[in-house]
Amino acid sequence: MLEAQKLAARRGYTELFTGIGFRVNPGEALVVTGANGTGKTTLLRILAGLSTPASGEMSWNGAKVAPLDPVFRGVLAHSGHLPGLKDELTAEENLASLLALDGETVTSDAVRKALHDVALARQRSLPARVLSQGQRRRVGLARLALLPRPLWILDEPTTALDAEGTELLARLLARHLANRGVVVAATHAPLRIDADRVRPLVLVGSLG
Amino acid sequence: MIATVAAVSPVANGAVWPGMRWAVARDVKLALRSRAELGVQLLFYVIVVSLFPLATSPERNLLGAMGPGVLWVAALLASLISLPRLFAGDHADGTLEQIVLSPYPLVALVFGKIVAHWLTTGLPVVVLAPILGLEYAMDAEALAVLTTALLIGTPILSLLGAIGAALTLGLRAGGSLLALLVLPLYVPVLIFGAGAVDAARAGLGADANLSLLGAGLLIAIVGAPFAAAAAVRIAVD
Repeated sequence: MLEAQKLAARRGYTELFTGIGFRVNPGEALVVTGANGTGKTTLLRILAGLSTPASGEMSWNGAKVAPLDPVFRGVLAHSGHLPGLKDELTAEENLASLLALDGETVTSDAVRKALHDVALARQRSLPARVLSQGQRRRVGLARLALLPRPLWILDEPTTALDAEGTELLARLLARHLANRGVVVAATHAPLRIDADRVRPLVLVGSLG
Repeated sequence: MIATVAAVSPVANGAVWPGMRWAVARDVKLALRSRAELGVQLLFYVIVVSLFPLATSPERNLLGAMGPGVLWVAALLASLISLPRLFAGDHADGTLEQIVLSPYPLVALVFGKIVAHWLTTGLPVVVLAPILGLEYAMDAEALAVLTTALLIGTPILSLLGAIGAALTLGLRAGGSLLALLVLPLYVPVLIFGAGAVDAARAGLGADANLSLLGAGLLIAIVGAPFAAAAAVRIAVD
């Protein structure tokens, strides 16, 4: 259960948003929408602990969480604008390396199967520099599939994904929510999550 | 399936060694994949060292007196040109965010990256030094002292340089600012490193200089990873 109270963020001297509060229960997804520049990414980065809020606090399962709290880092999986792939490594090596960084010990069979599931079986030995943007995103989906973290924080997860990729994402999200996971996603495109599991949060610019 | 989602990551809080191992193994692997870049840096070092005998005179005494200083300055420059690579790549492709969010302690990961940087840029400089020293008509004892001093001193360069590299992340003209930030910090290493060989040549023994270098290395190992990790955290925010 993820809770936030009176979160505010500032960019320079202008207030980006203020007084954001919500509660997301296990099995629910907080879907953040709003026009460009209203602070969706900033909010997600605050929730992940990458940025410090100007004020307000958040808690996970009732316990207060500070930015980059060591325990909370083991709870969340964050997927930002950049997929974090190394051009020099193959898709398979990239996926294994990211999972090792997340502290997961995964067999190479599991890595291959996950890549197969996101339709990258034929590309697994190719260096990441020749992968398309959508294929890079799919490596990120394979990482989410293998990462047993209860909280997913996804920034524009549908970017660069084709219809089939969006379908893969929808299936992953459905499985995660059915397992009582929590999702926070900022998006412009519909995520195809069951409506009763969605908690909408619409950001409007403070100045607007 | 409920169990898998409820499970907290298996990484025990404070797992320093696995985090370091991950960073060393990955960065060395990446460096070996882009061998051309490594080769260019080493070639730069070899060429800078070799330019001085050509530009000055082939007189043995002069070369012998100049040699240690030239090799040390070249080692500083070689370290400096490789520093921007330390964090910039990870910063540009988003890996640095994942590194900060990893359950492993950030200090361990940063220290691992620094170790890998030394293994791929500092160690080759140390290994080449006895060969390049021959260009300066240095005798066996001076070469041994020089190599030992470089072996102790070059890790300090990587450690101090990492702080500068992390502080200048994401800045325009970060490379030249990095040089301005880091080169003054390198001065003590240069003085004691080159001084060790001079003292040995003068018959005073290199022990004092080498001990001071060793002390500097210990201080840098204790302090620099924490400073660099703090700078990385600021760069990601």
